[in-house]
Amino acid sequence: MLPLTHLQRLEAESIHIMREVVAETQNPVMLYSVGKDSAVMLHLARKAFYPAPPPFPLLHVDTTWKFRDMYALRDKAAKAAGMELLVYQNPEALEAGINPFDHGPLHTDMWKTQGLKQALDLHGFDAAFGGARRDEEKSRAKERIFSFRTANHGWDPKNQRPELWNLYNARKAKGESIRIFPISNWTELDIWQYIMAEGIEIVPLYLAAPRPTVERDGMLLMVDDERFPLASGEEPQMRSIRFRTLGCYPLTGAVESEAQTLAEVVQEMLLTTTSERQGRAIDKDEGGAGMEKKKQEGYF
Amino acid sequence: MTDLSPSADPIYKTDALIAEDIEAYLELHQNKGLLRFITCGSVDDGKSTLIGRLLYDSKMIFEDQLAALEADSKRVGTQGGEIDFALLVDGLAAEREQGITIDVAYRFFATEKRKFIVADTPGHEQYTRNMVTGASTADLAVILIDARKGVLPQTRRHSYLAHLIGIRHIVLAVNKMDLVGYDHAIFDQIVADYRAFAGSIGIAAFTPIPISGFKGDNITAAPSDQTPWYEGPSLIEHLETVEVDAAAAQEQKFRMPVQWVNRPNLDFRGFAGLIASGTVKPGDPVRIVPSGKTSTVKAISSFDGDLPEAVAGQSVTLTLADEVDCSRGDVIAAADAPPESADQFEATIVWMSDDALIPGRAYWLKLATQTVSASIAAPKYEVDVNSLEHLAAKTLGLNGIGVAEVTTERPITFEPYHASRQLGGFILIDKLTNATVGAGMLHFSLRRAQNVHWQALDVDRAAHARLKGQEPMVLWFTGLSGSGKSTIANLVEKKLHAAGKHTFLLDGDNVRHGLNKDLGFTEADRIENIRRVGEVAKLMNDAGLIVLTAFISPFRAEREMVRSMLPDGEFLEIFVDTPLELAESRDVKGLYRKAREGQLKNFTGIDSPYEAPERPEVRIDTTVTSPEAAAEAIVARVLGQWSPTL
Repeated sequence: MLPLTHLQRLEAESIHIMREVVAETQNPVMLYSVGKDSAVMLHLARKAFYPAPPPFPLLHVDTTWKFRDMYALRDKAAKAAGMELLVYQNPEALEAGINPFDHGPLHTDMWKTQGLKQALDLHGFDAAFGGARRDEEKSRAKERIFSFRTANHGWDPKNQRPELWNLYNARKAKGESIRIFPISNWTELDIWQYIMAEGIEIVPLYLAAPRPTVERDGMLLMVDDERFPLASGEEPQMRSIRFRTLGCYPLTGAVESEAQTLAEVVQEMLLTTTSERQGRAIDKDEGGAGMEKKKQEGYF
Repeated sequence: MTDLSPSADPIYKTDALIAEDIEAYLELHQNKGLLRFITCGSVDDGKSTLIGRLLYDSKMIFEDQLAALEADSKRVGTQGGEIDFALLVDGLAAEREQGITIDVAYRFFATEKRKFIVADTPGHEQYTRNMVTGASTADLAVILIDARKGVLPQTRRHSYLAHLIGIRHIVLAVNKMDLVGYDHAIFDQIVADYRAFAGSIGIAAFTPIPISGFKGDNITAAPSDQTPWYEGPSLIEHLETVEVDAAAAQEQKFRMPVQWVNRPNLDFRGFAGLIASGTVKPGDPVRIVPSGKTSTVKAISSFDGDLPEAVAGQSVTLTLADEVDCSRGDVIAAADAPPESADQFEATIVWMSDDALIPGRAYWLKLATQTVSASIAAPKYEVDVNSLEHLAAKTLGLNGIGVAEVTTERPITFEPYHASRQLGGFILIDKLTNATVGAGMLHFSLRRAQNVHWQALDVDRAAHARLKGQEPMVLWFTGLSGSGKSTIANLVEKKLHAAGKHTFLLDGDNVRHGLNKDLGFTEADRIENIRRVGEVAKLMNDAGLIVLTAFISPFRAEREMVRSMLPDGEFLEIFVDTPLELAESRDVKGLYRKAREGQLKNFTGIDSPYEAPERPEVRIDTTVTSPEAAAEAIVARVLGQWSPTL
């Protein structure tokens, strides 16, 4: 038998992690953001527990500002996996009409950070799978696969457990919870290769197509619905664009591209010179420590 | 900017192929292998520069990251405004501000043949814990040496730890060759020095490579123009071709620790797990360990259809031909060569917590998918990682490494660590804080466990109890000194005796005059005190007696240990709850006064903690309940006339 390929090894590790969580925690959930990493994570979960459906629900912490294509795939993917889909929208954010145009960082804080905490508390989940990868961002290179959170969902970088071999310590006190990152060791290229090899369905926005856009602060934004406030005289322009990451549409920068197939996307990615999160406004808050600070506050 | 230009030979990524024929490129990259390695050394050895180069040459550093890095280098860099690659490798804000790194960082890069995961463990006082963690998943270690300095104490430490954790491939990267004029003689001398040391600690072979992380010599291609005398592979060539552990594990006997039983309906019962070693095919005879039951593999079920074969390193779901008992913690193994089970071992322990190891205390031990209660004896010796001397030790502190006996509460299935990392490596978990406090590697089982069998007795505990006409029980009184434990226990015993029950009261002070007179009041001695009392109480319980114990027993972990020795429902924890101020004001024996004056050390409540029970069966608030009323209530409970209104 040949040595396993890197994708086989990564797949085996991720499946092993998911099974450990199911065996050792009481009430796990998979956070599902509909992006390519979530798509891979969901696919791995289906493989891990086959022929049973994954024994936990999917949770989408919604901001009401995701791309329309994302909502469509979300519902379809959950159904195909035979899993319950929980959608949570922070009622306070809904009430106050929090949006990315008027409220800046408050948008992410209320919809995502607070929304996530509320959703986890509401359902009493003690373990939540997330699709973060160590190659994404500097502070994540040191993140554990099992990341412990206090009862207030706080993350203390100095109080995390060493992870040796493939032994994960999932024990925790009542009220504490764990975030688990089963695809920690995957890179962006691994994700794309796996999506191609396994034929995993992803949101079409990852592929280039003519879409209505405006330019704001050096970022190309897609006008996905009528809520996008245009300046007087501003006309959305059709450009051939695609997205390297997907979040709230007014916060996610597109790249101009002609890549209409996955292979062409990978081709562009390999020849590109900017990192994946560059299109996201969120990492630029608070200097280089933006993501880390958000994590301490409970952001995924 | 920096002098760090891409290497002359860009074998990482063939940009031309990507641009011209992406499909061909992807095909080429679809079947890469995976190698995990660890880099050992400090910033002074040029480690960050080397990692920076590997990432940079493979284009894992993008322009925006490089721009941020340049800005950071000017702001907080230690290289006088030059690009400081340490900043690329150091992630967390708190660390950056303090200029220290506290952890293991994982970095990724790839060539056309392999994907690499690099565990980077920066050097400082937390080094042992971090390096052991990073090395535990590594196939190979790159030991960096500064050519100007040669073999240093830290080189020995890194090598010892890499060897200890079972890394089979060691690369001796003699770095900064550019700063010694690429001198062949200097390289040879360092290699000779290292060889002498390596042999002494059991490293049979290693691969020495002269490099310059800064200039790029012998990183991707060898020999570089500057080192025509070098005949070996470049660093990357070596990393691309060395055998990975997962491949070697395929040659061994089949073992799969069962993680989870998959039972979606009555027709399917699959055993899910990661194959630790060997290969498996439908029809293979297997044995379930520890039960010893045998069956054959019916199918390897998967999302993509049944598989014809599976190998070490894959996560699979097996179905068996027979309805055999098998659950999480069991190991499915080759029927003709199953692993052993035992409950006493010799092991190397690496301590990872600020709170020192407490010999005798029960910790959770997790090995593969088994989690059991276990205790560690006082170490036979501790290893000084700098001198490698064996030192006498009573415990192990943070980053301490020692050899000790490990006893598990029930037998576990294992293999010696040198034969299997998966079935020989374990972690230790504190039962109260749930922190991972240590890691260990099993050497072998101790014969004692195999040869001392339980003698089956015809007159058993049920027979003893029947004759006495009572339910055996242990009434465990716990509370501060002077709380009233002995007073209430005495009253309870008198009442039970009067009711015709066979009882025995074990009192703290009395036991310390005899059975435990060799024990003092250190934490370790207090634990041993309670362990012995627990064992004695259990024997008396077997004899059918109702046992009363009156001990401060301040630690939750030890009370739980005694509870776990006894059958469910036969351990009654009675918390005699008296506030410290009240107990101290009574001070029947004058002990609090002595403790306050510093004449008594480790006195519970004063300079040693009391961990109150979280869910005692009975709690007596002595500020509102008299000893007489408390005793009545306890007796009622023992005699089955329990009323919950205490």
